[in-house]
Amino acid sequence: MDWMAWTWPTAIFFMVIAALLITFTILAIRFPETPRVGVLGIETTRGDRLFITLLGSAFINLAWLGLIGPDTQPWALAVCLVYAAAVFRWV
Amino acid sequence: MEKTVNQKAWFLVLPVLILVAFSAVIPLMTVVNYSVQDTFGNNQFFWAGLEWFQDMLSSDRMWEALWRQLMFSGIILAIEIPLGIFVALNMPKGGFWSSFCLVLMSLPLLIPWNVVGTIWQIFGRVDIGLLGHTLDRLGISYNYTQDTLAAWFTIIVMDVWHWTSLVALLAFAGLKSIPDAYYQAAKIDQASRWKVFRYIELPKMMGVLMIAILLRFMDSFMIYTEPFVVTGGGPGNATTLLSIDLVKMALGQFDLGPAAAFSLMYFLVILLISWVFYTVMVNLDKKGM
Repeated sequence: MDWMAWTWPTAIFFMVIAALLITFTILAIRFPETPRVGVLGIETTRGDRLFITLLGSAFINLAWLGLIGPDTQPWALAVCLVYAAAVFRWV
Repeated sequence: MEKTVNQKAWFLVLPVLILVAFSAVIPLMTVVNYSVQDTFGNNQFFWAGLEWFQDMLSSDRMWEALWRQLMFSGIILAIEIPLGIFVALNMPKGGFWSSFCLVLMSLPLLIPWNVVGTIWQIFGRVDIGLLGHTLDRLGISYNYTQDTLAAWFTIIVMDVWHWTSLVALLAFAGLKSIPDAYYQAAKIDQASRWKVFRYIELPKMMGVLMIAILLRFMDSFMIYTEPFVVTGGGPGNATTLLSIDLVKMALGQFDLGPAAAFSLMYFLVILLISWVFYTVMVNLDKKGM
């Protein structure tokens, strides 16, 4: 594993993503759902909404870093949480 | 009677999962790890935090390469898609000539990228290349190693030559799948050629065209070999597209950290655009187009 140059922050990052994927898989098995059409006009399942959330969060973090700077980076995560709630509620 | 549920078939997917893990997931994780660290070789890494991302976001070099890349993909799509449709519409619909055209069209697709690059590099040379020499004799100044416009012209014409066939073949397959009844109905209604194209052929081709656009976009957005062989990214940085710049940074300068941050952003852009295309495609499918 040495060659992969692991660090704790990146390891935690991937663990969170893996945990999310596992949680959503279990949710999908336990509570099957029918896709719904939201504000984007496309059919989405919980998994789709998770994907939109994660991809959007990556761009929110980059935008924050580029426009505001790294000192207040944790606040970008707060924006991501609001964004995630909005996606799961309305998309 | 209760249906038996047996999920064992999922195990058959395991080999693919392992393959994808080793060819994509693990390398991607490694890139993420590199992107927050600095290294001078020797497998020694130092924590750098978000520094590389910040550097890359404020780097003119990256933004310029990104604009060039978007411009390249935009131009080749704007040429290849209409041209491919035009070629497909004019291809013989059956018999010997149809097969002949199909074989002819697929020839450029079979040539490896670096060979295509070499062909055009020689083709465009003023001293020995047919294209370069002819243009020179016509009094048109053409030198792709020194003139930005000529370099762009060469790599775009090269890409059009290499990949228009793919669009044409896909469009042709879409056209072939339209039942004759549609054309007969159009004839009874005395529809013009344009209306037949607009209301029958184009909607029926939409599915394959979306695939063609997606394939061409992704391929052109990641293009490396062909322009690298022809222009090497020059003159200056005029044709340094994203992946050429990335390779220069990662292998030429051994700046693994910045290059990793750069490639993650590159990956995110591709992921976003591919997702948009995919979603549009699936929705077109649902509407029965």
